[in-house]
Amino acid sequence: MDAGECALPGTSTGGYVMVLRLKEWFGNPEFWRKVLGLLLFLGIWYVLTAVLTLPRFDKIPDPVSVLREWFGTQPVYGRSIFTKLYWLDVIYSVLRTYSAFALAVVLGVSLGLVMGWSRVFFDYSFPLVEILRPMPPLSWIPLAVLILPGVEIAVVYVTFIAAFFATVLNTLLGVHSIDEAYFRAAKCLGSKPKDIFVHVVVPGALPFIFTGLQIAMGVAWMSLVAGEIISGQRGLGYAIYEGYSLFQYEQVVAGMFTLGLLGFGSSAGIRAVGFRLMAWQARKRGM
Amino acid sequence: MQALGKAQGAISIQNVGKIYDPGGVNVVAVETCSMDIQAGEFAVIVGPSGCGKTTLLNAIAGFDTITQGEIYLDGQLIASPTTKLSPGADRMVVFQNGALFPWKTVLDNITYGPVIQGAMAKSQALEAARELLKRLGLSGLENRYPEELSSGYQRRVEIIRALINNPRVLLLDEPFRGMDAVSKSVMHEFLLELFDTSRCTMFFITHDLDEAIFLGDVVYIMTTRPAMVKKVLRVDLPRPRDHRALGTEKYLELKRQTLEAVHEEALKAFRAGEKELA
Amino acid sequence: MTTTKVENRLCSPLILHRAKRFLNIRTLRGIVSLIGFVVLWQLVVVFKVPYLHNLPYPAEVAETGMQTLGKKGYWLNWGISLKRIFAGFIIAQLVGIPLGLAMGTSRVIKDLTFPAFEMLRPIPPIAWIPLAILFWPTPEMSIYFLTFIGAFFIVVINVLQGVTNIPVNLKRAAASLGAKPSDIFWKIMVPGSLPSIITGMTVGMGVTWNVLIAAEMIAGRGGLGRMTWEAYTNNALPTIIIGMISIGAAGYLCSSLIRALGDVAMPWKKRF
Repeated sequence: MDAGECALPGTSTGGYVMVLRLKEWFGNPEFWRKVLGLLLFLGIWYVLTAVLTLPRFDKIPDPVSVLREWFGTQPVYGRSIFTKLYWLDVIYSVLRTYSAFALAVVLGVSLGLVMGWSRVFFDYSFPLVEILRPMPPLSWIPLAVLILPGVEIAVVYVTFIAAFFATVLNTLLGVHSIDEAYFRAAKCLGSKPKDIFVHVVVPGALPFIFTGLQIAMGVAWMSLVAGEIISGQRGLGYAIYEGYSLFQYEQVVAGMFTLGLLGFGSSAGIRAVGFRLMAWQARKRGM
Repeated sequence: MQALGKAQGAISIQNVGKIYDPGGVNVVAVETCSMDIQAGEFAVIVGPSGCGKTTLLNAIAGFDTITQGEIYLDGQLIASPTTKLSPGADRMVVFQNGALFPWKTVLDNITYGPVIQGAMAKSQALEAARELLKRLGLSGLENRYPEELSSGYQRRVEIIRALINNPRVLLLDEPFRGMDAVSKSVMHEFLLELFDTSRCTMFFITHDLDEAIFLGDVVYIMTTRPAMVKKVLRVDLPRPRDHRALGTEKYLELKRQTLEAVHEEALKAFRAGEKELA
Repeated sequence: MTTTKVENRLCSPLILHRAKRFLNIRTLRGIVSLIGFVVLWQLVVVFKVPYLHNLPYPAEVAETGMQTLGKKGYWLNWGISLKRIFAGFIIAQLVGIPLGLAMGTSRVIKDLTFPAFEMLRPIPPIAWIPLAILFWPTPEMSIYFLTFIGAFFIVVINVLQGVTNIPVNLKRAAASLGAKPSDIFWKIMVPGSLPSIITGMTVGMGVTWNVLIAAEMIAGRGGLGRMTWEAYTNNALPTIIIGMISIGAAGYLCSSLIRALGDVAMPWKKRF
């Protein structure tokens, strides 16, 4: 039996497939139910805040005014996708999160791999990690602000800590999840310890590492926002808090959703990179 | 994978015993087991599940130690209570649940051994691997990942991965367990073809008596835990063998001789409540 | 597994054996590294390492710690934080588990609720703080709400995953044995999703702690987070560290409680 190649659709066939897919989407009752669900949510939100003006809900802005502020060309409070200020905040937040995340990945994955690989190293480092880990990243803020030079570094540090521990733990789990048989097979095939590390440990732990990275990204965003609120140095967290203190509540909601989008996009990006690197999983055939 | 010039791979197992110590309670897995396997022989170890056969294999491969006795490979001591030879390419293993690296393609899996040992340059190894796959009718699989293949293909690739390293001994731990009868017979013929060409010593573990008699030159029937050799059967069916051998009088006669022994041990194991080590 | 008693020279008394197991090289290494950490800390301060030398001496922290442990106010803070954690956490379970089960069982419910759910989920719980303060009449209630948000999404996602992962054959087997849909729900789906519920609780607990501490620092009155924040405003570094350790300990306690709960609720799952 010859395992043949599968034909990739050419451009014309590809376009046809796309049309078919769209047709599938729109014809599907599931799709319409989801649209209905979304509209219901927005509708209830609108009714509760703009129409009925119940006692506590009246302070919360309604979806229409939020959208008007967020996407409008002439925002009342000076922040929308068309203003420089909005993007400044976004850039600040993104830079902080991503640099903290990058550092956490480099250090966290390395530490996790070595801890999983060498029992001696694990014995020395695990107790320390286990004591420092339960301390919520945000509890580091006071200490970090007082000790480190500058609030900016303190905020990035706290974000780093959050992402770091998540990465280390998942990498460790990843290494431990590798079936013993792979190590044995590699030894039989004449691998030296360095070969086992490169050819078994790293690829074997990769799935867990990527799950960990997604979690780390989520945690990083969480810590960043808290850090920004507390430190007050521009950024989306700061924008949200500023909006709150200046009674500009549309800003608050717009900021919240912006954060949501950025967080979602970041995690999706990591997932995409993961799919690329772990092509062997994507091609699993159902037998 | 060439036919070995000088006969190599004679295994001598002398009074080997293994006692595990899980949770402070001693478990005797193997007790005074002795076998003498000639170079180039196909030896099959038959016994009920969990009786200690894998322990023997692990000891020869170098994964585990023994607490009693000695094991020699071509006259060299490779295992004793005080020594253990690390796993190496002279004693290749084919694992029960398969151990092809899922993150490497078929070609990368096969060429891994020779390249990492420095025995062949990468391009050389790739050539050799492709040749081999073509010769065995498996071309087309080169750039597939193991997960994309059926278990039959996976098993064959794993056997090729092992044999391309010219081991002295090939240790197979119930490699065809759980496969359907049709696939199994294909595997058997595949393995025997490779055996006839390479004449590498085979140490094959199974609980299937038919498989044992069909494949082996000598069959060792083991008792339930603690494992000891209960009966040794010399299979003098002519080689090369194919599925027709299963119908001959000679085959049935051999089976008759051993059926009682195997069945008896199976019942004992069942009564002792052995969990199937799946 | 049959075991065979072997001769005397190979048998060892169980207790001695267990003791030997504990005092092995591995735990010793751990103890060494912890001691090393404290020593390193001391040296960093003594030798005026840039920035880190502002840390208080380990001895100072220990002394402050002993003092704090004796103060009633400290333990009161523990109580306040724990009360908040459990309030928000339990409400998140009470709302989240049924919602997750419903979403997992009924396609219709899932399609209707999922879009809104997925839109709100990526928003970091802390970003909810201003809105929470705005909406709820008292700061206490807004804190409960925040801890609820922290745990809620995680719980629902995990329950959903758990329900979808129940093997179809279990439901089929129940049906062929004569179970009604309600039986299947209560006797198969609910116990079947228990492992995921417990996982959701464990993960949720960690996140919720994080949120609580932030909420206390920003808006709360009393509680361990607040205590740490006040120490910050007073530049009392030893107390800050004590606060951090306390928070960590409290968090660890809560997670252990959840784990123990998991063991009780699922006796059929062996703990390795």
